[in-house]
Parts: sequence; structure tokens; C-alpha cells
Amino acid sequence: MEAVLAIAIGVLTTCGVWLILRPRTFQVIIGLSLLGYGVNLFMFSMGRLALDKEPILAPGVPATLQHYTDPMPQALVLTAIVIGFAMTALFLVVLLAQRGFFGNDHVDGREDTE
Amino acid sequence: MSLPLLTLVALPFAGSLIAALLPANARNAESTLAGAIAVFCTLQAALYYPEMAAGGVLRQEIIWLPSLGLNLVLRLDGFAWMFSMLVLGIGSLVVLYARYYMSPADPVPRFFSFLLAFMGSMSGVVLSGNLVQLVLFWELTSLFSFLLIGYWHHRQDARRGARMALTVTGAGGLCLLAGVLVLGHIVGSFDLDVVLAAGDRVRAHPLYLPALVLVLLGALTKSAQFPFHFWLPHAMAAPTPVSAYLHSATMVKAGVFLLARLWPVLAGSDEWFWIVSGSGLATLLIGGFMAIFQSDMKGLLAYSTISHLGLITTLLGLNSPLAAVAAVFHIINHATFKASLFMAVGIIDHETGTRDIRRLSGLWRHLPVTATLACVAAAAMAGVPLLNGFISKEMFFTEAVFVNAAPWFDVLLPAAAVLAGVFGVAYSLRFTVEVFFGPDTSGSLPRQPHEPPHWMRVPVELLVVACLVVGMLPQWAMQDILSTAAAPVVGSTLPAFDLALWHGFNLPLAMSLLALAGGLLLYRLLRGPQQRGRFRRTPLLGALSGRRIFQHLLAGLTMNSRRAVRLLGTRRLQPQLLLLVLVAVVAAAAPLWLASAGAGVGAGERERLPFSPMFSLLWGVGVSAAVACAWLAKFHRLSALALLSVTGLATVITFAWFSAPDLALTQLSVETVTVVLILLGLRWLPKRLPPLGAQALWTRARARRTRDLLLALMAGTGMATLAYALMTRDFPQSISHYFLERALPEGGGSNVVNVMLVDFRGLDTLGEITVLAAVALTVYALLRRFRPARESMGLPPQQLKVPADMATDLVHARTVADTASGYLLVPAVLVRLLLPMATVIAVYLFMRGHNQPGGGFVAGLVMSTAFILQYIVSGTLWVEAHLRLRPQRWIASGLLIASATGLGSLFFGYPLLTTHTAHLSLPLLGEIHIASALFYDIGVFTLVVGATLLILTALGHQSVRGHRRPARATVSAISKGAR
Repeated sequence: MEAVLAIAIGVLTTCGVWLILRPRTFQVIIGLSLLGYGVNLFMFSMGRLALDKEPILAPGVPATLQHYTDPMPQALVLTAIVIGFAMTALFLVVLLAQRGFFGNDHVDGREDTE
Repeated sequence: MSLPLLTLVALPFAGSLIAALLPANARNAESTLAGAIAVFCTLQAALYYPEMAAGGVLRQEIIWLPSLGLNLVLRLDGFAWMFSMLVLGIGSLVVLYARYYMSPADPVPRFFSFLLAFMGSMSGVVLSGNLVQLVLFWELTSLFSFLLIGYWHHRQDARRGARMALTVTGAGGLCLLAGVLVLGHIVGSFDLDVVLAAGDRVRAHPLYLPALVLVLLGALTKSAQFPFHFWLPHAMAAPTPVSAYLHSATMVKAGVFLLARLWPVLAGSDEWFWIVSGSGLATLLIGGFMAIFQSDMKGLLAYSTISHLGLITTLLGLNSPLAAVAAVFHIINHATFKASLFMAVGIIDHETGTRDIRRLSGLWRHLPVTATLACVAAAAMAGVPLLNGFISKEMFFTEAVFVNAAPWFDVLLPAAAVLAGVFGVAYSLRFTVEVFFGPDTSGSLPRQPHEPPHWMRVPVELLVVACLVVGMLPQWAMQDILSTAAAPVVGSTLPAFDLALWHGFNLPLAMSLLALAGGLLLYRLLRGPQQRGRFRRTPLLGALSGRRIFQHLLAGLTMNSRRAVRLLGTRRLQPQLLLLVLVAVVAAAAPLWLASAGAGVGAGERERLPFSPMFSLLWGVGVSAAVACAWLAKFHRLSALALLSVTGLATVITFAWFSAPDLALTQLSVETVTVVLILLGLRWLPKRLPPLGAQALWTRARARRTRDLLLALMAGTGMATLAYALMTRDFPQSISHYFLERALPEGGGSNVVNVMLVDFRGLDTLGEITVLAAVALTVYALLRRFRPARESMGLPPQQLKVPADMATDLVHARTVADTASGYLLVPAVLVRLLLPMATVIAVYLFMRGHNQPGGGFVAGLVMSTAFILQYIVSGTLWVEAHLRLRPQRWIASGLLIASATGLGSLFFGYPLLTTHTAHLSLPLLGEIHIASALFYDIGVFTLVVGATLLILTALGHQSVRGHRRPARATVSAISKGAR
């Protein structure tokens, strides 16, 4: 299971990095989202994987890390998800404004001369 | 002494602020304010005299950063006292003079504000008891002198002069800072008292030479000493009161002040002797020589100032206590006669409209009093007996004769001194005789000259009287004051000196007479050629323009920096991102690479979870979707978006799979909103079709893609390896158990993640929702001015391709609102039904959030998704006709509720965002457990709803606005065609 998730993280990162290095704004925005999934999963996996150990306290079960999964990476990732959404929104609007301003969708606002 | 020393520094700055706020036409009020402050400070400083005369040192500290040894230390000794008297006393006179000099049309508040601030900075330099603090005020004087020189900023010469002065003195100030830091390092303290006592240790230290050179760079640039003398003449573009102040008593004197201040520490070595007296002597001669050939009266005074500063510097460089006393004396004398001369020039300029020596002649007839005053002051400048300049010059000659350094220097110095005296007499004669005597040319001047208002002349009169008194009764007037002022400079024992007028016939007197006669002769010789218009440029030295070298240097510097920026920087995003990723990969890989072989990133020993085919299948799909998404993002945006959300759903399921229900819920709702968001944006992107000859890729493009792919693979492999290595190891320690243990007793909730968000890490969440609010408002603001590209303004082809025989309003659309009415009717009804249901679900998720998966974020996103669905199905105009949502108010109240809840705990004496829990028994509902975090979560919920709605509706409104007019045009064209 760990290996599957690690490979998934790797592929998401690869696709994300490839896309953010592309010249079109839409590619970059999609790339950032993919990279975001990869990074969020990575951060989440830092709490180590656990099945059926939700960090929701049940009566009678001692509140230790043996019985619950690590809540801290989850709290961090929760924040990251929301911030990621805000960033996507802002970037999308900047992209649209740039498109209206320069008339193209190149990340630098002008097409390559080559 | 009741008033602290700080008032001498703080009062001018306070006055500067007040003056800046006064109305522009309040010339009297401003000058009265400035004058009152200057006179008050002068009187206060004067009252310190008895204590100073007794050899006392006043020291006052204001503790600031004691751990770093940085305190505000004000220190007044005899020398500082003399200087502050000069700064404040001449400052008072300059304020009075400026009141009459400045035209009512000038923005006077700015002038007095800068002048007072400059005065405060100068007092700060003089009174600093800490070297770093001294440098700070030193740089402030550079800044304010820049503002003062550039006061008439509509004039190019003023701007250039100000810039040059700032560049030279500011750069010198930086050197000084470095020098002071080295000095502090040698001594172990920046405190002036400690540094002054450590002279021997400093001179013996191996770092003495660097410290000396750096400090001297600061002092010599400030005092316009060769080779940095070129900035001073250009600073003459300043209003004359500024020149009178800056170039007699203050700005340029700060350099010699520093030399004298650090004299006990730095002087006494051969290095000091050769650098300081060498530079001073060169300046003395060059300044004097160039002054003779100036035709601008202020220019002449500027070069004469350079020359006199050279004299003071030479005296300080001679390593003789008596010479240092003479230097202090000449500082005072030069300040008095030069200030009065500048003011006299200002009067002439003011009354005749020109300062050109070639045009002015015979002014005695029209300005008899001013002319007399100017002649006396100029005679003092030339060193004529019975005036103060004579006495200090005589002391200089004495020192020059008795210097004992190298055989050639023993001859050179007296000769140079006499030569400088000759130059001084020559330019003083030119300054007076040409302007005040000779034929009357007043008819050809811009203005008919007459005496200025009486009060404008008073400062000149006072200064000239001082010249006379000191010149005629030197012992009575100056013996005590000079002893007081010079004692701290030379250190412990003051050498015996005699300020008598008459020392009998001796070599110095002969030199004085020789200088007078030589000057007269030189003037006679040059007069004819000069009147015939020769010597447009200074002979010999004219070609060597410091200004031109300076400009070449600056231009070279600018060009090279531009070249460096072009070479090392780029404004293109792709190379920047490439570098960023590359550096990140290298930085992450380097420690693993460098670590010993045993500490690799292989698999760890932690027990693995059992393999699940379902999970592998899930990520088989997720990974394929991600790759396909990356592949299609260029030409098939909609497909790429759909594939992106497939990957997103795989992520959601992963979160749910591995015990993170809150993450799964949040990611799911964010996923929905993100897809809607990007869908709304897709509408405005340009069409991009795969080029026909896709095979014929450019070789460079292919190489670039290969490079990017390799980098991406490196990053991905690295992340996968790292993730696997970490997941298969146990972590040594964690703080997470803290949260698990305290969530219920202290946070009052059993959903630990939610408790962390609203309680333990509540401040973090507050920051996060603030970011969300800021982003929403930014999006709204950016889109208000959004103009879509021309080609995307028409109706989308999908809408235009409705078959003509289909009975929808799209075919006969009258307004854009019609596009949404009349079709999708069944979904519209269902979606309207969905709204109350979604609300119930949102409330449910919200209420249980503290104890079960859910919470403000998720609830807010569910709520706004429900609203967005209305928009999507029913159209923007319909929704807004039926619902008034006002997302900005949601955002504002959300932020308000969250902050108020957080601040509320402060009222009860707890730290910010402390949760308070209460148990209530309500009828019907029974026992209810309410934490104050609930209200915080209400704030989060409200804000999330508002921000999401604002972002999405702002984008949605673009369609309504964007194609309004073209839509009508095309629609009417279509309907015509249909008929």
C-alpha cells in the first residue's frame, strides 16, 4: 500500500512539474493543481498510513497514537487544501486578466519568437 | 541643567514635523517656529558653558537594546559644545535670513521642515556618545542635505547637484559605518568614551589601517576633500540660506568634526599624517587656485570653502596638538566669516538678480552697508590683520614652519602655506573689488539694486561683528572658549597657546606679509586677462573635472549593473520555475548524496499495511488520469479538467481510506468548487488547435521538452522515494499525542482535527480565512476592470449551433437572460429543491463538526456549491432577481465573528482564541454542549460561503457583461436569418 501511494505521489509530482514548465497559462494552472495533490498526499503520508484509526475520539479508547492516526498532518493538509483553492482562484483570474491585456495565453504575455 | 540633552536633538525634529504640516503660505508662522526652536536650543546649549569650561563631560543614556550594547547615548564635552553652539547659533541666524530670502512663491513649509530636520541631525552627530548612533545621524545629514540642495527640484542643476552630493557623501557614510564597525571590533565597544580612551590599543592593532582608511573615506567625502571635492560646487544650486548653513557651519564641517573627534584615537601615526595632511594640502591649494577663476560669486565661495576645509584638514593631519588647537579655532572662524559671506552673496543675488562677477560692478553706491560687511568678511577670509581669519592663519603658518616630518616636506609645507595664502588674498580681492568698486553697471542688471530689508542684514552684521571682536581682542574673546573646545580634541593636556595679535617680527608674520603682497600682485596680474574674458576655464586644472570622472563612473556602474541583470536575471517565467525546481531537487538530493552509504533512502522496517487490489486499481485510474491530463492540457482543456477531477477524486478516496474523513470531505467539496471555477474561466481562453504539422517540431522545442521531462521525472522519482522511505519508517517522536490527549478536556470536542483547527491552531485558521477573504476581494477587484479578448466576446459555438427548428428561446433570444430561461426546466426545478436540502446538510455537517467529521469549512463549501448550482442551472440574472446574496457582507461578518470570538477570550483574561465550553439544558433539545469555538466556526463558515460565492459569481458575471452587446448582434443576425 505504501508503495502504491508513493508511486502515485511520484507520478502526480512528475505531471505537475512537467505542466508548470509549459508555456501556456492553462497548463500551469492544471500543473499547480496536480502538484498540489501530490504535495498534499505527501504531507498527509508523513503521519504514516493507518486503516480505521480516524482521529475522532471514541469513549473508552485511550487517546494515544497507537489507537488513532496522527491528526497533525491532517490539520496541516486541511489548511493547505483551502489555501490551494484560493491560489487557484487568484491565479485563474490573473490568467484571465493577462489574457485580456496581452491578447494571448503565454505565461510571459508574449509568444516566443522562435 | 534641568532640560535633558535630548531636547537639543529632538526639538528640531519635532519642529520639522510641525512645520511640514503648516499651510504653504504661512511664511511668518513657519520662520517664527523654526527661529524659536533654534534660539531656544542655542540658549539651552549656551547654559551648559560653565560646566564645559570646568572640563566636565555630560552624559545621558536612553536604554534601547542593552543586550547588543546599543543605547541612545548623548554626550556633551567642550568640543561638542562648541560645535553645537555653531550649529544652533548659525542655524538661528540662517532661519532669520531665510525668512526674508525665500520668496512667498516657494513652498516654505518644506524648506523650514527640511532645515530643522537637518539641524536636528547635525546636533545628533555632534552630541552622539555612540559611534553607530553617530553614523546614523551622519547619514541623516546626508539625506536632509540632499533634500535641501534639491529644494528647487524643478531645476536640473539642483537635482543633479543634490544627487551628486548624496551619492558621494552617502557612499562615504557607508565607508564610515564599516570603519566604525572595525573600530568597535578593535576596541570592543562603540561607546565614544571607551573608544577615546583606547587610542594606543587602536593604533597598535593590525586592523588600524583598514579602520583608518574607511573612517577617513567618510570624513573626507563629507568635507569635500581632494579627490572628493567636486560635489561641493554643484551643491551651490541650493537656495543661498542652505549654502550659508551647509557650507559654513554644518554639513562639510561634519567631516572635520569627525577628524577632530577621533583625533585622540586615530591621529599620531605616519599613515594619518600622510593621508590626512596630504589630502588636506592638495585640497587647500586646488580649492584656492580654482576659486580665483570662478565668475559665479557662490562658486568662488564654494571653492574657497573647499580650500579652507583643506586648511583645517591639513592642521589636523600634522599630528601636533597645537595644530589641532589651531584647527578648532579655524573651524569657528571659518564658520563665522563664510556664513556672513554666503548671506551677503544671497543679498546681492536677491537685490540685483545676478551673482556673476563679470556683470556686477560698483555696487558700493547702491548697497553701502552690505558692501562694507562683505568687504570686512572677505578680508577675514583673506587673513588680513585685525580680523579673526588672520589669527588662525598665523597659527597655521607657525605650525607649517615647525613641522618635522621629512626634509622635503619641511620645505614644501611652508611654501604651500604661503602659496595658499596668496590664492586666498587673490580671490578675496576678486570677490570684493570687482563687485563693489569700479564703474557703476547697475543699469544693465536684471533689477535695480538697493539695500535689503534691515532684518535680512542683521545676521550678517552679527557675524561680521564677531569676526571683528575675535580679530581685535582674541585673548579676551576666545582664549577660554578655545581652551574648552580644544581640550577634548587633543586629549589630556592642552598645549600652551597664545592668541595674541602681536608675536613680534618672526617668520610667520613675514609669511603673512608675503602672502598679502603676493596675492595683491597675482590679482593685478590676472585682472586684465580676466576682464578681457580669458580663463573661461580654470587654467591647468580645468580639464581635470571631478564631475566628469564621477559621471563616467556612475554611467559605467549603471551600464554594468544592467548588463549583469540581463545576464543573471530573466523576466520569463519558465526559466525561473525551471531553476526553482532544479534547486529544490538538488537541495533535497544533496544531503542524501553526501550522507554516508549506510544512511540511504531505502525501505524501512515499519510494518506495511496489507496490499489492497482495490486501492491499486484506484491509483491505476488516478495515475492514468493524471498523465492523460498532463498530455491533454494544451489542446483539450475540458478533457484535461475532467481528468484532473478524476485524480482529485482518487485523492479524496485515499484520504477516506487512510482514516482522514475530514480531509476527504474538504477535498471533495473543494474539488467541486475548483472544477466549477476553472470551467467558468475556460470560456475566456483563446482557441488552441493542434498544428497540422505536429511532427515537424522544432529541434529546440524538442530539446526543451526533453529537458523539462527529465527534470519532472527527477522531481517525481525523488518525491516517491522520499515518501516511501518515510512511510516505511517509524517516526522517532511527535507532538501529536499532545493534541490527542487535550482535545476533549481542553478543546471540548472529540474530532481532533477540527479542534486543532478552531482551537489549538486557531490563529493559523484566522490567517487562512483572512487570506481567503483577501483573495476573494482581489478576484472581485481584478474582474471589475476585466475586458475579455475580442475573439472570445461572441456567443460560444455550442449556443450558436442550436438547430433552427428547435423550440428554445436560444434561437429567438432577446437578451442574455433568455439563454437560461426556457430550457433545462426539469433540472432547474430539481436544483431549486436542492437548495433547502443542501442547507440542511450544511447545518448538519457544521453542527457535528466539533465531534464528528465536518466543520465550518466543509459546511461553507457545501452551502456555496448549492448556491452555485442555482447559478449554473437557472442563470445569473434569474438567481440574482430572486436571491440577494451580497457575498461581501458574508465575508465581512464572517471575519468579524471569527475575530470577535478570538478577541473575546482576552476579555476574560485568557490568551487569544482560548475556547470556553458551556453546558446548557434546553427544552426539547435536552443537554447541549456549546463551545465558544462553535462561534469561531460560524465565522469560518460565513466567510467561506461569502468568499467562494464572490469568486465564482464575479467570474460568472463576466459572461453576462462580456458578450452582452455582441450576443445581441449575433442573435438578431440569426433570427433575421431564421425568418
